[in-house]
Amino acid sequence: MKRIITFVAVIVVCIAVMAGTSPTLLSKMKLGLDLKGGFEILYQAQPMVPGGKITKESLNQTAASLEKRANKLGTSEPEVSTEGADRIRLKLAGVKNEDEVRKTIQKPAVLTFRSKDGKEKSADQYNKIELNGTDFTENGATYHIDEFNKYYVVIIKVKDKSKLAEISKRLFGKNLAIYLDETLLSAPTVRAELTDGTASISGEYTREAAQELRDTINLGALPLKLTEKYSQSVGATLGKLSLDQTLRAGIIGSLIILIFMISVYRIPGLVASFTLIVYTWMLIAFFYFAGVTLTLPGIAAFILGIGMAVDANIITDERIKEELRSGKSILSAVKAGSRTSFRTVMDAHVTTFIAAAVMYGLGTGPVKGFAFVLMLDLIVSIITNIFFSRYLLHLLVKANIIKSPKMLGVKESEIRAL
Amino acid sequence: MRFNWNFDYVKASKYFYTASIILTIVGIICLAVFKLNYGVDFRAGSNVDVKTSINLSKEQIEKVLVDTQLNQKDVHITPGEGRVNIRFPEVLSPTQEATLKGALKGLDAKASPEVNTVDPEIAKELQRNAIYSVLLASLGIIAYVTIRFEWRFAVASIVALLHDAFMVITVFSIFRLEVNLTFIIAVLTIVGYSINDTVVIFDRVRENMRFAKVKNLSDLKTVVNQSIAQTMTRSINTVFTVFIASVCLLIFGSESIRMFSLAMVIGLLFGAYSSIFIASPLWYALKGLNKDVKPNAPKSTV
Repeated sequence: MKRIITFVAVIVVCIAVMAGTSPTLLSKMKLGLDLKGGFEILYQAQPMVPGGKITKESLNQTAASLEKRANKLGTSEPEVSTEGADRIRLKLAGVKNEDEVRKTIQKPAVLTFRSKDGKEKSADQYNKIELNGTDFTENGATYHIDEFNKYYVVIIKVKDKSKLAEISKRLFGKNLAIYLDETLLSAPTVRAELTDGTASISGEYTREAAQELRDTINLGALPLKLTEKYSQSVGATLGKLSLDQTLRAGIIGSLIILIFMISVYRIPGLVASFTLIVYTWMLIAFFYFAGVTLTLPGIAAFILGIGMAVDANIITDERIKEELRSGKSILSAVKAGSRTSFRTVMDAHVTTFIAAAVMYGLGTGPVKGFAFVLMLDLIVSIITNIFFSRYLLHLLVKANIIKSPKMLGVKESEIRAL
Repeated sequence: MRFNWNFDYVKASKYFYTASIILTIVGIICLAVFKLNYGVDFRAGSNVDVKTSINLSKEQIEKVLVDTQLNQKDVHITPGEGRVNIRFPEVLSPTQEATLKGALKGLDAKASPEVNTVDPEIAKELQRNAIYSVLLASLGIIAYVTIRFEWRFAVASIVALLHDAFMVITVFSIFRLEVNLTFIIAVLTIVGYSINDTVVIFDRVRENMRFAKVKNLSDLKTVVNQSIAQTMTRSINTVFTVFIASVCLLIFGSESIRMFSLAMVIGLLFGAYSSIFIASPLWYALKGLNKDVKPNAPKSTV
């Protein structure tokens, strides 16, 4: 009796948790462009100046400035990632004026140092351009900690010493503002006449802030030119239709699988069906926590995962049937069946996991995405389809709910006497 | 219902070997002569898929292309129920793309176009990357299976895995089915499924080897045949369920993953087939090479 109560309680809690969280999880599910529409561009970066080199910092900085711009254009959650040594992938959803966005984003970031020309409307506005990004020595900016070991100082270096000397003399005691495009980054005050072509900027910077400023200035000195290597735009309606159709197909397929499992394996089939639902829910929850964006390759891995999850249940349930047919009692058949099938299922899962892990380590783009979802699949499958499924079945058997082999899908006539 | 699956799988395997070898040779010739029917992902150009509320004719689209001066040579227009596909061999510039979209809206205000522009280098790179990944993943599988089972199981399962992946590629080459990026993902999925499926049967062979007294080749054959027979119901039920899921995707799923679903369906069947008729007999053949088949099973398990 106690076991029946435990069983019912576990089921009820599971259903309650799933019902309570599913709407939130589903609505927060991040969908890839192939499902929700938008566009994706793969840029190849090249230095503007011939002979210039692309550094990891400059590429990251370019990617960061792409993201900032995309954000400003009012697109929802732009995704920017660097790939390899010289590529940046940009994904944007819900863009209406696509052409405008494409044009604006592709322009290189412009770094300027500015002073006031007297026509400014607010205190933190500077109009007169004193120095351009290209006035700085390539990769000349550095940073170090100040003499009090408290804040960081950024050192800049210009190509033309006399120009900096003239500016610093003229603007002595005034502000020299640093701009990236039209965004004011910092407005340090000129405190000395700078004659050796270098200047140190101190503004109570943290290490991160100093590093960012250094990278911005270095990138400004050596801007990267971006060319579109690949672009894909997906009409939102088409994306929505794809998703609806795929979801419907998935639901129909799942229903057939559940009906099949219950009709062939009876009680264990019912348990398997329940754990398959828990599996799907848990996988979606994992997607949510791992911040996975669901794309078509992800769905492919998901389907494969369902296949392997069903397989895990089939292997166990078949094994139990076999043990029953050989004449074992229900309890010992379930115990022996679960034990022997455990190793099989684990080996199959671990082997596939290794393959997925290698693909994840080596793959790029969709291959990596596929492998990641596959690894999640396998982990969740082990939790739900091996451990949880076994736990539920054992509870039922020990509670004496399963009284005849029929309830396990085995006919009396098939049982051999021991 | 319960069938008796006892059958001499090992003996029958020579026919299946022959069939698979012939298919592989046909596949190699086909790939060498016809290559794969690469979709726009692998060819320079632009592919425009338009979902429309009214059915547009080929002539209407042609007129639009002439009007917008987008009538490149060899433009393929495929009209369909509620959708039109236009393929340009030359990449459309963003301006041209916008012009085209505008002109299509003139024909059907509700037209929703999907434009794919690709530098084939990217797709080829991804294909190479996928091939390397699968090959190195195979090494990982070999290492694990060798430790957990023995090297013969590892070799046999890798042969089956590569066989399945190659068969799907062959079928796509023979029937000139379009290969796009999603196809690569489908092949990866099949690789995952194939290894999973093979390991389950091998696990049973290993288990039976522990209790069987194998003195000669015929005993060994019995063990393999029995193991396949014992796992047959499971194999069929598993293939059936995964097959159903894939067929549902093929029938009810979206147009854009149709080729993917088809590759999955074909791959699943080959995956099940190779585990039973290729991998297991191959293990038997490898094991049989070992002249004095040991009276007891190797202590490969813990």
